[in-house]
Amino acid sequence: MIVFENVTKHYKSNIGLDDVSVRINKGEFVFLVGPSGAGKSTFVKLILKEIDANKGKIKVRGEDVTKFSNRQIPKLRRNVGIVFQDFRLLPKKTVYENVAFAMEIIHQSPRTIKRQVPQVLSLVGVGTKAQKYPNELSAGEQQRVAIARAIVNNPKILIADEPTGNLDPETAWEIMQLLELINMRGTTILMVTHAKDIVDRMNKRVIAIEKGRIVRDDIGTYGFEEALAKMEVTMDTLQHRRQFNEKLKKGDL
Amino acid sequence: MFRRFFYTIKQAFLQVFRNRAMSVASIFAITAMLLILGLFFVIVININTAATMIRQDYDSIEVFLLDTTPKEQADTMITSLKGEAGVEDVTYRTKEEAMTELKTRWGDSGYLLDSLASNPLPNSIVIKINSLEAADDIAAKAAALDGIEDVKYYKETVDKLMSATRFVQLAAIVIMIFLIIVSVVVVSNTIKLTVFNRAREISIMKYVGATNWFIRGPFLAEGIIIGLFSAGISVGISAFVYEKVVDLIGKDVFAVLSTPMVPVDFLTYNLVWIFAALGVSIGACGSIISMRKFLDA
Repeated sequence: MIVFENVTKHYKSNIGLDDVSVRINKGEFVFLVGPSGAGKSTFVKLILKEIDANKGKIKVRGEDVTKFSNRQIPKLRRNVGIVFQDFRLLPKKTVYENVAFAMEIIHQSPRTIKRQVPQVLSLVGVGTKAQKYPNELSAGEQQRVAIARAIVNNPKILIADEPTGNLDPETAWEIMQLLELINMRGTTILMVTHAKDIVDRMNKRVIAIEKGRIVRDDIGTYGFEEALAKMEVTMDTLQHRRQFNEKLKKGDL
Repeated sequence: MFRRFFYTIKQAFLQVFRNRAMSVASIFAITAMLLILGLFFVIVININTAATMIRQDYDSIEVFLLDTTPKEQADTMITSLKGEAGVEDVTYRTKEEAMTELKTRWGDSGYLLDSLASNPLPNSIVIKINSLEAADDIAAKAAALDGIEDVKYYKETVDKLMSATRFVQLAAIVIMIFLIIVSVVVVSNTIKLTVFNRAREISIMKYVGATNWFIRGPFLAEGIIIGLFSAGISVGISAFVYEKVVDLIGKDVFAVLSTPMVPVDFLTYNLVWIFAALGVSIGACGSIISMRKFLDA
Protein backbone atom coordinates (compact mmCIF):
# COMPACT_ATOMS: atom_id res chain seq x y z
CA MET A 1 0.00 0.00 0.00
CA ILE A 2 2.67 2.49 1.06
CA VAL A 3 6.29 1.83 0.18
CA PHE A 4 9.24 4.11 0.97
CA GLU A 5 12.48 3.22 -0.81
CA ASN A 6 15.58 5.01 0.48
CA VAL A 7 13.66 8.22 0.95
CA THR A 8 15.60 11.27 2.06
CA LYS A 9 14.12 14.67 2.72
CA HIS A 10 16.33 17.53 3.86
CA TYR A 11 15.02 20.87 4.98
CA LYS A 12 17.17 23.98 4.86
CA SER A 13 18.58 23.61 8.34
CA ASN A 14 17.68 20.10 9.48
CA ILE A 15 16.91 16.60 8.34
CA GLY A 16 13.34 15.47 7.82
CA LEU A 17 13.92 11.87 6.80
CA ASP A 18 17.24 10.19 6.21
CA ASP A 19 17.36 7.19 3.87
CA VAL A 20 14.14 5.64 5.09
CA SER A 21 12.85 2.39 3.62
CA VAL A 22 9.64 0.86 4.87
CA ARG A 23 6.67 -1.04 3.55
CA ILE A 24 3.13 -0.84 4.89
CA ASN A 25 0.94 -3.63 3.58
CA LYS A 26 -2.68 -3.69 2.66
CA GLY A 27 -5.01 -3.95 5.65
CA GLU A 28 -2.34 -3.17 8.22
CA PHE A 29 -2.83 -0.93 11.24
CA VAL A 30 0.44 0.88 11.85
CA PHE A 31 1.48 3.34 14.54
CA LEU A 32 4.10 5.93 13.68
CA VAL A 33 5.74 7.12 16.87
CA GLY A 34 8.68 9.26 17.85
CA PRO A 35 9.60 12.52 19.57
CA SER A 36 8.63 15.89 18.12
CA GLY A 37 10.70 16.82 15.11
CA ALA A 38 11.72 13.21 14.50
CA GLY A 39 10.23 13.15 11.01
CA LYS A 40 6.71 11.85 11.55
CA SER A 41 5.08 14.83 9.88
CA THR A 42 7.57 14.68 7.04
CA PHE A 43 6.61 11.04 6.55
CA VAL A 44 2.90 11.91 6.30
CA LYS A 45 3.46 14.98 4.13
CA LEU A 46 5.50 12.91 1.70
CA ILE A 47 2.68 10.38 1.33
CA LEU A 48 0.23 13.19 0.57
CA LYS A 49 2.80 14.89 -1.67
CA GLU A 50 2.50 18.07 0.33
CA ILE A 51 6.28 18.18 0.05
CA ASP A 52 8.68 16.45 -2.33
CA ALA A 53 11.46 14.07 -1.36
CA ASN A 54 15.04 14.90 -2.25
CA LYS A 55 15.85 11.28 -2.96
CA GLY A 56 14.13 7.92 -3.15
CA LYS A 57 10.84 6.48 -4.28
CA ILE A 58 7.47 6.70 -2.53
CA LYS A 59 4.81 4.36 -3.79
CA VAL A 60 1.19 4.72 -2.76
CA ARG A 61 -1.08 1.95 -4.04
CA GLY A 62 1.62 0.94 -6.48
CA GLU A 63 2.09 4.36 -8.01
CA ASP A 64 5.24 6.39 -7.58
CA VAL A 65 3.98 9.67 -6.16
CA THR A 66 7.36 11.35 -6.50
CA LYS A 67 6.68 11.34 -10.23
CA PHE A 68 3.18 12.81 -9.88
CA SER A 69 2.55 16.23 -11.37
CA ASN A 70 0.72 18.86 -9.35
CA ARG A 71 -2.44 18.10 -11.26
CA GLN A 72 -2.38 14.48 -10.09
CA ILE A 73 -2.23 15.43 -6.42
CA PRO A 74 -6.02 15.76 -5.94
CA LYS A 75 -6.45 12.25 -7.34
CA LEU A 76 -3.86 10.89 -4.92
CA ARG A 77 -5.54 12.56 -1.95
CA ARG A 78 -8.94 11.16 -2.83
CA ASN A 79 -7.49 7.70 -2.27
CA VAL A 80 -5.98 8.65 1.07
CA GLY A 81 -8.34 9.76 3.81
CA ILE A 82 -6.87 11.99 6.49
CA VAL A 83 -7.86 12.83 10.06
CA PHE A 84 -6.19 15.55 12.11
CA GLN A 85 -5.69 16.27 15.78
CA ASP A 86 -7.75 19.47 15.50
CA PHE A 87 -10.54 17.81 13.44
CA ARG A 88 -10.52 20.56 10.79
CA LEU A 89 -14.25 20.64 10.24
CA LEU A 90 -15.82 23.58 8.44
CA PRO A 91 -17.51 25.56 11.21
CA LYS A 92 -20.14 27.10 8.95
CA LYS A 93 -21.33 23.78 7.60
CA THR A 94 -23.47 21.25 9.40
CA VAL A 95 -22.19 17.79 10.21
CA TYR A 96 -24.05 16.46 7.19
CA GLU A 97 -22.63 19.15 4.91
CA ASN A 98 -19.11 18.61 6.20
CA VAL A 99 -19.24 15.00 5.09
CA ALA A 100 -21.28 15.61 1.93
CA PHE A 101 -18.71 18.17 0.87
CA ALA A 102 -16.02 15.49 0.54
CA MET A 103 -18.34 13.68 -1.89
CA GLU A 104 -19.28 16.83 -3.80
CA ILE A 105 -15.61 17.37 -4.49
CA ILE A 106 -15.44 14.15 -6.47
CA HIS A 107 -18.73 14.99 -8.20
CA GLN A 108 -20.88 12.27 -6.71
CA SER A 109 -24.54 12.51 -7.62
CA PRO A 110 -26.88 14.08 -5.05
CA ARG A 111 -28.65 10.74 -4.76
CA THR A 112 -25.48 8.88 -3.83
CA ILE A 113 -24.59 11.62 -1.37
CA LYS A 114 -28.01 11.48 0.26
CA ARG A 115 -27.74 7.73 0.62
CA GLN A 116 -24.16 7.44 1.75
CA VAL A 117 -23.69 10.32 4.20
CA PRO A 118 -26.25 9.10 6.78
CA GLN A 119 -24.78 5.58 6.51
CA VAL A 120 -21.28 6.78 7.26
CA LEU A 121 -22.48 9.08 10.05
CA SER A 122 -24.22 6.22 11.80
CA LEU A 123 -21.21 3.94 11.22
CA VAL A 124 -19.02 6.36 13.17
CA GLY A 125 -21.75 6.86 15.76
CA VAL A 126 -23.02 10.39 15.14
CA GLY A 127 -26.06 9.45 13.06
CA THR A 128 -28.37 11.62 15.13
CA LYS A 129 -26.21 14.75 14.91
CA ALA A 130 -26.41 15.30 11.15
CA GLN A 131 -28.06 18.72 11.35
CA LYS A 132 -25.84 20.06 14.14
CA TYR A 133 -22.93 22.43 13.60
CA PRO A 134 -19.44 21.30 14.70
CA ASN A 135 -19.31 23.70 17.66
CA GLU A 136 -22.43 22.07 19.07
CA LEU A 137 -20.63 18.73 19.36
CA SER A 138 -18.18 17.33 21.90
CA ALA A 139 -14.57 16.89 20.86
CA GLY A 140 -15.03 13.15 20.48
CA GLU A 141 -18.08 13.63 18.29
CA GLN A 142 -16.23 16.17 16.16
CA GLN A 143 -13.45 13.67 15.62
CA ARG A 144 -16.02 11.07 14.62
CA VAL A 145 -17.39 13.48 12.02
CA ALA A 146 -13.86 14.11 10.77
CA ILE A 147 -13.37 10.36 10.45
CA ALA A 148 -16.67 10.07 8.60
CA ARG A 149 -15.48 12.70 6.17
CA ALA A 150 -12.19 10.89 5.70
CA ILE A 151 -13.76 7.53 4.92
CA VAL A 152 -16.92 8.55 3.05
CA ASN A 153 -15.24 8.16 -0.32
CA ASN A 154 -13.94 4.71 0.66
CA PRO A 155 -10.23 5.46 0.57
CA LYS A 156 -7.96 2.44 0.75
CA ILE A 157 -5.66 4.26 3.15
CA LEU A 158 -6.54 6.33 6.20
CA ILE A 159 -3.91 8.54 7.77
CA ALA A 160 -4.68 9.70 11.29
CA ASP A 161 -2.38 12.46 12.51
CA GLU A 162 -2.59 12.41 16.31
CA PRO A 163 -6.34 11.84 16.19
CA THR A 164 -6.60 11.45 19.96
CA GLY A 165 -4.34 14.37 20.89
CA ASN A 166 -7.23 16.63 21.91
CA LEU A 167 -9.34 13.98 23.61
CA ASP A 168 -9.62 12.64 27.13
CA PRO A 169 -8.43 9.03 27.58
CA GLU A 170 -11.88 7.52 27.53
CA THR A 171 -12.99 9.33 24.36
CA ALA A 172 -9.60 8.59 22.83
CA TRP A 173 -10.13 4.93 23.42
CA GLU A 174 -13.56 5.10 21.76
CA ILE A 175 -11.98 6.72 18.73
CA MET A 176 -9.38 3.94 18.66
CA GLN A 177 -12.12 1.35 18.64
CA LEU A 178 -13.73 3.17 15.74
CA LEU A 179 -10.44 3.21 13.86
CA GLU A 180 -9.99 -0.49 14.52
CA LEU A 181 -13.48 -1.10 13.16
CA ILE A 182 -12.58 0.82 10.01
CA ASN A 183 -9.35 -1.17 9.78
CA MET A 184 -11.30 -4.41 10.03
CA ARG A 185 -13.43 -3.28 7.09
CA GLY A 186 -10.25 -3.38 5.00
CA THR A 187 -8.81 0.13 5.22
CA THR A 188 -5.08 0.40 5.80
CA ILE A 189 -4.48 2.75 8.71
CA LEU A 190 -1.37 4.75 9.51
CA MET A 191 -1.68 6.58 12.80
CA VAL A 192 0.81 9.15 14.04
CA THR A 193 0.69 9.42 17.81
CA HIS A 194 2.36 10.29 21.08
CA ALA A 195 -0.13 8.34 23.14
CA LYS A 196 1.88 5.57 24.78
CA ASP A 197 -1.05 3.96 26.55
CA ILE A 198 -3.05 3.67 23.36
CA VAL A 199 -0.18 2.12 21.40
CA ASP A 200 0.49 -0.33 24.20
CA ARG A 201 -3.12 -1.28 24.51
CA MET A 202 -3.72 -1.77 20.79
CA ASN A 203 -0.76 -4.13 20.30
CA LYS A 204 -0.25 -3.30 16.59
CA ARG A 205 2.79 -2.73 14.43
CA VAL A 206 4.82 0.24 15.64
CA ILE A 207 7.30 2.19 13.52
CA ALA A 208 9.46 4.46 15.67
CA ILE A 209 11.29 7.36 14.03
CA GLU A 210 14.07 9.34 15.60
CA LYS A 211 16.17 12.02 13.93
CA GLY A 212 14.81 11.07 10.55
CA ARG A 213 15.61 7.38 10.82
CA ILE A 214 13.50 4.37 11.63
CA VAL A 215 14.85 3.08 14.92
CA ARG A 216 12.37 0.31 15.51
CA ASP A 217 9.71 -1.50 13.52
CA ASP A 218 7.90 -4.34 15.25
CA ILE A 219 4.62 -5.35 16.75
CA GLY A 220 3.91 -4.33 20.29
CA THR A 221 4.46 -1.38 22.51
CA TYR A 222 5.43 2.25 22.24
CA GLY A 223 9.01 2.24 23.46
CA PHE A 224 11.88 0.01 24.51
CA GLU A 225 11.57 0.53 28.26
CA GLU A 226 7.91 -0.21 28.01
CA ALA A 227 8.70 -3.35 26.13
CA LEU A 228 11.10 -4.41 28.86
CA ALA A 229 8.53 -3.54 31.47
CA LYS A 230 6.02 -5.62 29.68
CA MET A 231 8.46 -8.53 29.50
CA GLU A 232 8.91 -8.36 33.31
CA VAL A 233 5.19 -8.53 33.67
CA THR A 234 5.15 -11.50 31.38
CA MET A 235 7.95 -13.19 33.32
CA ASP A 236 6.08 -12.52 36.53
CA THR A 237 3.05 -14.09 35.05
CA LEU A 238 5.07 -17.06 33.90
CA GLN A 239 6.56 -17.45 37.34
CA HIS A 240 3.13 -17.30 38.88
CA ARG A 241 1.88 -19.88 36.46
CA ARG A 242 4.82 -22.14 37.22
CA GLN A 243 4.16 -21.81 40.94
CA PHE A 244 0.50 -22.40 40.28
CA ASN A 245 1.26 -25.52 38.26
CA GLU A 246 3.61 -26.84 40.92
CA LYS A 247 1.00 -26.22 43.56
CA LEU A 248 -1.53 -27.98 41.40
CA LYS A 249 0.79 -30.98 41.04
CA LYS A 250 1.39 -31.09 44.74
CA GLY A 251 -2.30 -31.03 45.28
CA ASP A 252 -2.14 -27.90 47.46
CA LEU A 253 -5.16 -26.40 45.82
CA MET B 1 -20.62 19.03 -15.84
CA PHE B 2 -23.96 20.66 -15.05
CA ARG B 3 -23.82 19.34 -11.52
CA ARG B 4 -20.47 20.95 -11.10
CA PHE B 5 -21.71 24.23 -12.57
CA PHE B 6 -24.69 24.36 -10.25
CA TYR B 7 -22.52 23.39 -7.30
CA THR B 8 -20.23 26.31 -8.10
CA ILE B 9 -23.05 28.82 -8.48
CA LYS B 10 -24.81 27.60 -5.36
CA GLN B 11 -21.63 27.75 -3.32
CA ALA B 12 -20.87 31.22 -4.64
CA PHE B 13 -24.26 32.56 -3.59
CA LEU B 14 -23.92 30.88 -0.20
CA GLN B 15 -20.49 32.44 0.21
CA VAL B 16 -21.74 35.89 -0.78
CA PHE B 17 -24.55 35.53 1.72
CA ARG B 18 -22.54 34.00 4.54
CA ASN B 19 -19.89 36.68 4.20
CA ARG B 20 -22.38 39.50 3.93
CA ALA B 21 -20.14 42.18 5.43
CA MET B 22 -17.27 41.43 3.07
CA SER B 23 -19.54 41.14 0.07
CA VAL B 24 -21.12 44.49 0.83
CA ALA B 25 -17.68 46.05 1.28
CA SER B 26 -16.56 44.68 -2.08
CA ILE B 27 -19.74 45.82 -3.76
CA PHE B 28 -19.25 49.32 -2.37
CA ALA B 29 -15.66 49.41 -3.55
CA ILE B 30 -16.47 48.27 -7.09
CA THR B 31 -19.55 50.48 -7.29
CA ALA B 32 -17.51 53.51 -6.31
CA MET B 33 -14.94 52.72 -8.98
CA LEU B 34 -17.57 52.08 -11.61
CA LEU B 35 -19.31 55.35 -10.80
CA ILE B 36 -16.08 57.29 -11.25
CA LEU B 37 -15.43 55.39 -14.46
CA GLY B 38 -19.01 56.10 -15.51
CA LEU B 39 -18.51 59.80 -14.90
CA PHE B 40 -15.53 59.82 -17.23
CA PHE B 41 -17.39 57.73 -19.73
CA VAL B 42 -20.27 60.20 -19.73
CA ILE B 43 -17.94 63.13 -20.18
CA VAL B 44 -16.00 61.46 -22.98
CA ILE B 45 -19.05 60.27 -24.86
CA ASN B 46 -20.61 63.73 -24.68
CA ILE B 47 -17.45 65.40 -25.85
CA ASN B 48 -17.26 62.88 -28.69
CA THR B 49 -20.78 63.59 -29.91
CA ALA B 50 -20.26 67.31 -29.53
CA ALA B 51 -17.04 67.04 -31.52
CA THR B 52 -18.69 65.04 -34.29
CA MET B 53 -21.58 67.46 -34.48
CA ILE B 54 -19.28 70.46 -34.56
CA ARG B 55 -17.11 68.86 -37.19
CA GLN B 56 -20.17 68.22 -39.32
CA ASP B 57 -21.20 71.83 -38.87
CA TYR B 58 -17.83 73.20 -39.81
CA ASP B 59 -16.51 70.95 -42.51
CA SER B 60 -17.81 73.42 -45.00
CA ILE B 61 -16.65 76.70 -46.45
CA GLU B 62 -19.14 79.50 -46.57
CA VAL B 63 -18.76 82.05 -49.30
CA PHE B 64 -20.78 85.16 -48.48
CA LEU B 65 -21.94 87.05 -51.56
CA LEU B 66 -22.36 90.79 -51.95
CA ASP B 67 -26.01 91.77 -51.98
CA THR B 68 -25.31 93.19 -55.47
CA THR B 69 -24.21 89.86 -56.92
CA PRO B 70 -27.01 88.42 -59.07
CA LYS B 71 -28.16 84.78 -58.82
CA GLU B 72 -26.85 83.99 -62.32
CA GLN B 73 -23.32 84.96 -61.36
CA ALA B 74 -23.64 82.82 -58.25
CA ASP B 75 -24.70 79.85 -60.39
CA THR B 76 -21.58 80.21 -62.54
CA MET B 77 -19.48 80.25 -59.41
CA ILE B 78 -21.19 77.11 -58.17
CA THR B 79 -20.53 75.28 -61.43
CA SER B 80 -16.86 76.19 -61.40
CA LEU B 81 -16.45 75.34 -57.72
CA LYS B 82 -18.08 71.93 -58.22
CA GLY B 83 -15.20 71.02 -60.55
CA GLU B 84 -12.60 71.46 -57.82
CA ALA B 85 -10.93 68.49 -56.17
CA GLY B 86 -12.10 67.74 -52.63
CA VAL B 87 -15.47 69.38 -53.13
CA GLU B 88 -18.39 67.19 -52.25
CA ASP B 89 -21.26 69.49 -52.89
CA VAL B 90 -21.95 73.15 -53.50
CA THR B 91 -25.28 74.74 -52.66
CA TYR B 92 -26.78 78.16 -52.86
CA ARG B 93 -28.32 79.55 -49.69
CA THR B 94 -30.57 82.57 -49.77
CA LYS B 95 -30.53 85.08 -46.94
CA GLU B 96 -34.01 83.86 -45.91
CA GLU B 97 -32.78 80.27 -45.60
CA ALA B 98 -29.83 81.47 -43.57
CA MET B 99 -32.20 83.28 -41.22
CA THR B 100 -34.41 80.21 -40.70
CA GLU B 101 -31.31 78.09 -39.95
CA LEU B 102 -30.06 80.61 -37.46
CA LYS B 103 -33.47 80.68 -35.75
CA THR B 104 -33.49 76.91 -35.41
CA ARG B 105 -30.02 76.95 -33.99
CA TRP B 106 -30.94 79.56 -31.42
CA GLY B 107 -33.95 77.50 -30.49
CA ASP B 108 -35.99 79.07 -27.71
CA SER B 109 -34.08 82.31 -28.03
CA GLY B 110 -34.98 82.51 -31.74
CA TYR B 111 -37.71 85.06 -31.16
CA LEU B 112 -34.99 87.67 -30.58
CA LEU B 113 -34.25 87.59 -34.30
CA ASP B 114 -37.82 88.54 -35.10
CA SER B 115 -37.20 92.04 -33.83
CA LEU B 116 -34.73 92.78 -36.64
CA ALA B 117 -36.09 95.27 -39.13
CA SER B 118 -34.39 93.77 -42.16
CA ASN B 119 -32.48 90.54 -42.70
CA PRO B 120 -28.79 91.38 -42.26
CA LEU B 121 -27.60 87.99 -43.46
CA PRO B 122 -26.09 87.77 -46.92
CA ASN B 123 -26.85 85.24 -49.64
CA SER B 124 -24.14 82.61 -49.60
CA ILE B 125 -22.64 79.62 -51.33
CA VAL B 126 -21.98 76.64 -49.06
CA ILE B 127 -19.16 74.37 -50.17
CA LYS B 128 -19.19 70.94 -48.53
CA ILE B 129 -15.71 69.51 -48.55
CA ASN B 130 -14.83 65.88 -48.17
CA SER B 131 -11.21 66.21 -47.18
CA LEU B 132 -9.81 68.77 -44.82
CA GLU B 133 -6.48 68.72 -46.70
CA ALA B 134 -8.06 70.27 -49.79
CA ALA B 135 -9.84 72.94 -47.75
CA ASP B 136 -7.04 75.54 -47.94
CA ASP B 137 -6.89 75.43 -51.76
CA ILE B 138 -10.63 75.62 -52.18
CA ALA B 139 -10.91 78.50 -49.75
CA ALA B 140 -8.18 80.40 -51.64
CA LYS B 141 -9.90 79.79 -55.00
CA ALA B 142 -13.24 80.91 -53.63
CA ALA B 143 -11.68 84.05 -52.18
CA ALA B 144 -10.34 84.99 -55.65
CA LEU B 145 -13.82 85.04 -57.19
CA ASP B 146 -15.61 88.27 -58.06
CA GLY B 147 -18.71 89.51 -56.28
CA ILE B 148 -18.03 88.01 -52.92
CA GLU B 149 -17.97 89.72 -49.58
CA ASP B 150 -16.10 87.23 -47.47
CA VAL B 151 -15.02 83.60 -47.21
CA LYS B 152 -15.74 81.99 -43.87
CA TYR B 153 -13.80 78.90 -43.21
CA TYR B 154 -13.36 77.35 -39.77
CA LYS B 155 -10.37 75.10 -40.31
CA GLU B 156 -8.37 76.54 -37.45
CA THR B 157 -11.28 76.42 -35.07
CA VAL B 158 -12.04 72.84 -36.06
CA ASP B 159 -8.37 71.89 -35.74
CA LYS B 160 -8.11 73.43 -32.31
CA LEU B 161 -11.32 71.80 -31.20
CA MET B 162 -10.22 68.42 -32.49
CA SER B 163 -6.86 68.53 -30.78
CA ALA B 164 -8.55 69.62 -27.56
CA THR B 165 -10.99 66.73 -27.87
CA ARG B 166 -8.20 64.28 -28.54
CA PHE B 167 -6.37 65.49 -25.48
CA VAL B 168 -9.44 65.12 -23.29
CA GLN B 169 -10.10 61.64 -24.69
CA LEU B 170 -6.53 60.54 -24.10
CA ALA B 171 -6.54 61.94 -20.57
CA ALA B 172 -9.83 60.20 -19.86
CA ILE B 173 -8.53 56.86 -21.17
CA VAL B 174 -5.37 57.13 -19.06
CA ILE B 175 -7.42 57.97 -15.98
CA MET B 176 -9.85 55.12 -16.71
CA ILE B 177 -7.05 52.57 -17.06
CA PHE B 178 -5.55 53.83 -13.85
CA LEU B 179 -8.92 53.55 -12.11
CA ILE B 180 -9.44 50.01 -13.39
CA ILE B 181 -6.06 48.95 -12.03
CA VAL B 182 -6.84 50.61 -8.72
CA SER B 183 -10.22 48.90 -8.51
CA VAL B 184 -8.75 45.47 -9.30
CA VAL B 185 -6.26 46.00 -6.49
CA VAL B 186 -8.95 47.18 -4.09
CA VAL B 187 -11.25 44.31 -4.96
CA SER B 188 -8.51 41.69 -4.84
CA ASN B 189 -7.65 42.94 -1.37
CA THR B 190 -11.25 42.80 -0.25
CA ILE B 191 -11.68 39.31 -1.65
CA LYS B 192 -8.34 38.35 -0.18
CA LEU B 193 -9.89 39.04 3.20
CA THR B 194 -12.73 36.66 2.44
CA VAL B 195 -10.28 34.11 1.09
CA PHE B 196 -8.13 34.58 4.16
CA ASN B 197 -11.17 33.97 6.33
CA ARG B 198 -11.49 30.70 4.51
CA ALA B 199 -7.83 29.75 4.22
CA ARG B 200 -8.62 26.87 6.54
CA GLU B 201 -11.53 25.79 4.41
CA ILE B 202 -9.32 25.87 1.34
CA SER B 203 -6.64 23.79 3.01
CA ILE B 204 -9.26 21.25 4.08
CA MET B 205 -10.62 21.14 0.56
CA LYS B 206 -7.14 20.44 -0.72
CA TYR B 207 -6.67 17.63 1.81
CA VAL B 208 -9.91 16.03 0.77
CA GLY B 209 -8.68 16.05 -2.81
CA ALA B 210 -10.33 19.05 -4.43
CA THR B 211 -8.70 20.32 -7.61
CA ASN B 212 -7.56 23.91 -7.76
CA TRP B 213 -10.31 24.81 -10.20
CA PHE B 214 -12.90 23.21 -7.96
CA ILE B 215 -11.74 25.45 -5.12
CA ARG B 216 -11.32 28.49 -7.32
CA GLY B 217 -14.72 28.11 -9.02
CA PRO B 218 -16.98 29.34 -6.22
CA PHE B 219 -14.63 32.21 -5.38
CA LEU B 220 -14.48 33.20 -9.01
CA ALA B 221 -18.26 33.03 -9.28
CA GLU B 222 -18.43 35.03 -6.05
CA GLY B 223 -16.25 37.74 -7.57
CA ILE B 224 -18.40 37.75 -10.68
CA ILE B 225 -21.62 37.95 -8.67
CA ILE B 226 -20.22 40.83 -6.64
CA GLY B 227 -19.12 42.51 -9.87
CA LEU B 228 -22.56 42.10 -11.41
CA PHE B 229 -24.28 43.46 -8.33
CA SER B 230 -22.00 46.49 -8.38
CA ALA B 231 -22.61 46.96 -12.09
CA GLY B 232 -26.36 46.91 -11.54
CA ILE B 233 -26.18 49.46 -8.74
CA SER B 234 -23.81 51.67 -10.71
CA VAL B 235 -25.99 51.62 -13.82
CA GLY B 236 -29.00 52.56 -11.72
CA ILE B 237 -27.24 55.42 -9.98
CA SER B 238 -25.57 56.78 -13.12
CA ALA B 239 -28.75 56.61 -15.19
CA PHE B 240 -30.69 58.38 -12.46
CA VAL B 241 -28.09 61.09 -11.92
CA TYR B 242 -27.51 61.58 -15.63
CA GLU B 243 -31.20 61.97 -16.25
CA LYS B 244 -31.32 64.67 -13.58
CA VAL B 245 -28.29 66.38 -15.08
CA VAL B 246 -29.79 66.35 -18.56
CA ASP B 247 -33.01 67.76 -17.16
CA LEU B 248 -31.14 70.49 -15.34
CA ILE B 249 -28.48 71.68 -17.76
CA GLY B 250 -29.23 69.86 -21.00
CA LYS B 251 -30.86 72.95 -22.52
CA ASP B 252 -28.06 75.24 -21.40
CA VAL B 253 -25.48 72.91 -22.88
CA PHE B 254 -27.46 72.96 -26.12
CA ALA B 255 -27.59 76.75 -26.11
CA VAL B 256 -23.87 77.12 -25.49
CA LEU B 257 -22.47 74.34 -27.65
CA SER B 258 -25.45 74.07 -29.99
CA THR B 259 -25.21 70.26 -29.68
CA PRO B 260 -27.58 68.11 -27.66
CA MET B 261 -26.38 65.92 -24.79
CA VAL B 262 -26.32 62.18 -25.38
CA PRO B 263 -29.82 60.81 -24.65
CA VAL B 264 -30.31 58.95 -21.36
CA ASP B 265 -31.58 55.75 -23.01
CA PHE B 266 -28.60 55.44 -25.29
CA LEU B 267 -26.17 56.07 -22.46
CA THR B 268 -27.88 53.64 -20.09
CA TYR B 269 -27.94 50.91 -22.73
CA ASN B 270 -24.21 51.30 -23.26
CA LEU B 271 -23.43 51.62 -19.58
CA VAL B 272 -25.21 48.34 -18.82
CA TRP B 273 -22.82 46.43 -21.04
CA ILE B 274 -19.73 48.37 -20.11
CA PHE B 275 -20.38 48.19 -16.38
CA ALA B 276 -21.35 44.53 -16.54
CA ALA B 277 -18.17 43.69 -18.45
CA LEU B 278 -16.01 45.79 -16.15
CA GLY B 279 -17.70 44.56 -12.99
CA VAL B 280 -17.32 40.93 -14.02
CA SER B 281 -13.70 41.29 -15.04
CA ILE B 282 -12.77 43.31 -11.97
CA GLY B 283 -14.48 40.74 -9.73
CA ALA B 284 -12.95 37.79 -11.55
CA CYS B 285 -9.44 39.26 -11.71
CA GLY B 286 -9.72 40.29 -8.09
CA SER B 287 -10.59 36.81 -6.91
CA ILE B 288 -8.02 35.03 -9.07
CA ILE B 289 -5.28 37.36 -7.88
CA SER B 290 -6.31 37.04 -4.27
CA MET B 291 -6.42 33.23 -4.40
CA ARG B 292 -3.09 32.68 -6.08
CA LYS B 293 -1.12 32.54 -2.88
CA PHE B 294 -3.50 30.15 -1.19
CA LEU B 295 -3.60 27.67 -4.02
CA ASP B 296 0.15 27.52 -4.51
CA ALA B 297 0.74 25.99 -1.12
